Parts: sequence; C-alpha cells; structure tokens
Amino acid sequence: MNWSFRPDQPIYLQLQEQIRLLIVSGVYLPGSKLPTVRELAVEASVNPNTLQKALAELERDGLVFTLRTSGRYVTEDVDMIANAKKDLAMEQIRQFFQKMKSMGYDKKAALNLVESAAKEEEQ
Amino acid sequence: MNPILSCEQLTKTFGSKTALAGVDLNIERGRIVGLLGPNGSGKTTLMKLANGLITPTSGRLLIDGEAPGTHSKAVVSYLPEVTYLADWMRTSDVLEFFRDFYKDFDMERALSMLKNLGIGLREPLRSMSKGTREKVQLILVMARRASLYLLDEPIGGVDPAARDYILSTIIGNYEPQSAVVISTHLISDVEKVLDDVVFINNGKIVLSSTVDEIREVKGMSVDALFREVFRC
Repeated sequence: MNWSFRPDQPIYLQLQEQIRLLIVSGVYLPGSKLPTVRELAVEASVNPNTLQKALAELERDGLVFTLRTSGRYVTEDVDMIANAKKDLAMEQIRQFFQKMKSMGYDKKAALNLVESAAKEEEQ
Repeated sequence: MNPILSCEQLTKTFGSKTALAGVDLNIERGRIVGLLGPNGSGKTTLMKLANGLITPTSGRLLIDGEAPGTHSKAVVSYLPEVTYLADWMRTSDVLEFFRDFYKDFDMERALSMLKNLGIGLREPLRSMSKGTREKVQLILVMARRASLYLLDEPIGGVDPAARDYILSTIIGNYEPQSAVVISTHLISDVEKVLDDVVFINNGKIVLSSTVDEIREVKGMSVDALFREVFRC
C-alpha cells in the first residue's frame, strides 16, 4: 500500500479515506483485526495522533470498532461495507460529472463518452 | 499534567544581537512538534537553552516544571546539530557510553535499529560517512526512553530514503506520554509526522498551530504556508 497525501486537505481526512478504501476493497477483511495505531502510523509515516483521529472517525461511522482489551477490528456488517463502497463510487461519479461539466459536456454527452470509452477498452 | 517544556518571556541576547525575544511557548506531552524557521531564526538557541547549554538573558524556561539541570538532563534526550562523539569510538563503544550515562537507555532497541540500517557494531565512527554517523547519533538519542526528545535538524544531512526511515524511527519509538520537538527547515519531509507547528522568525514566535488546522483553515500545506510567511 502506497500512502500519499495531497497538500490542500487535513491529513486525518485523507487517512480516513484511504483506510476506508482498504476496507471496501477487501484488503482488510470484514471482522479482521486492524494493525495497531503505532504500526499503521509507521507504515504510512504519519503522526500516531493523526492516525488515531482518522480511526476514531471511522469508528463513529461504524466501519471499525474497538474491543477494549484486544484492539480495533473491521466491522462484520458486510452490508455496511457495501454501502460505504457505493458511497465512495457515487462520490467519484459526482466529481466526474462536475469535471465533465466544466469542460462543457452535459450528463448525457458525458455518458455517451463513457460508453464508447468502455467499448474501446473491451477491444 | 504540567507541560513538559514551557517558556515565559524567554529572551537571549548575544552582545547586541537578539537571538530570542520574549518567547512564550508550551509543549504538551504526547505531541510531536515542528519548530520551523529560516536560518538564524533562533531554533538552535531555543534548543540549547532547553538543554542548559546556555542560560537565558531574561525570562525563564522550565522542563517538567524545573529549570534545566540534573533532573532535566535525565528526562531530555537531545540530538544536537553537531557531532560530539569522539571519532575513534566504534559503534559498540558509543552504545556502552550511552548505557553508562543514561538510566533510560534501551540497548535492545538501539541494537535493533542499528541492525535495520545495516550499521556494524565494530565500525569506528571515523570510517563512516557523514550520513551514517548522523544515523548512529539519532539511534542513540531515540533509544532512550525519555520524556522529551529535542532533535535539532535530525534529517538535514541524510538522503531522502534514510529520512523516511529516520522519521518512522521517531514515530515508532517515542513514548506516548513523551513529546518530540523537531527543528528543521525541511518542512515537506516532516509535515505529516507532526501534530503541531511553531513558526519562529527573528527570535519571535510568529505562528503556533496544529497541522490539521492549517490545512483545514488555509487549505494549504504547512510547507506552502511557510513559503508564504517567510517569502524573501
């Protein structure tokens, strides 16, 4: 996993986003134990307090939970993970439409382009 | 709990030159703080004052509630900007030296870091490159279980790959109840490991904030903000 951060946004938000991605993409499986804050912080080369904050936010969303003595786990609720995955996808699509709009494509024109691009990819 | 380091109206002059002018600063436990400023802004003076190497002209500085002295030296692990180890010593000699000197020195931790960086125990400091010597010094400093780590330019002389290792060494080894102060002007390299930043210029603190706050409020990185504040 390659952790990288954009300059214009708080790091904890970006960590939250990237850990969420690891969960929805199945790198961290439902119900599995997450590495400790310290291990994750070292891996991502970020401040442990910042990482703690990101995990706390994910915990508030319900994607991860803490067992007091044994650490943090990914939720076992696969529906919740599926929803989070869909939210991430929807966010990407929203941004895509926005960019296309700024180039002068309306939604229909953008969709046509997507379809022809997909056909090209298949060939 | 009291802050691990606090300064009140701390002032230091050298002859007619003012190095620090009325600095008020608290460093809380559990934080990694970047002390950032251009050359000659007073970073090293502040570090030296905190280690009792020089004394304030006026105002005061307390470590763990006490003026620098025997107690502060036992709880502060200091990486100076210059080398102070004799170059005839081998790695194993300096390890023994530190074990003798500091009760909180963790030999096992030091050995494992040296091994990770492939630094031999029999090698004399003299035959090491500048960067390797700096790594050895940082390992010695981070292998102590101190309450306050004061690191003066810890990554200045090493290559980018070693910088990453050094930063992860800092993250991986500081005690959760300890504080780390890193002085540097290589901001983009250290930014993501910091909780707080203190901008210092001409001996005065010009900004003190959390990294996330700067990014949230200004929508820019600490590096970008630094370039804006200190534009020449």
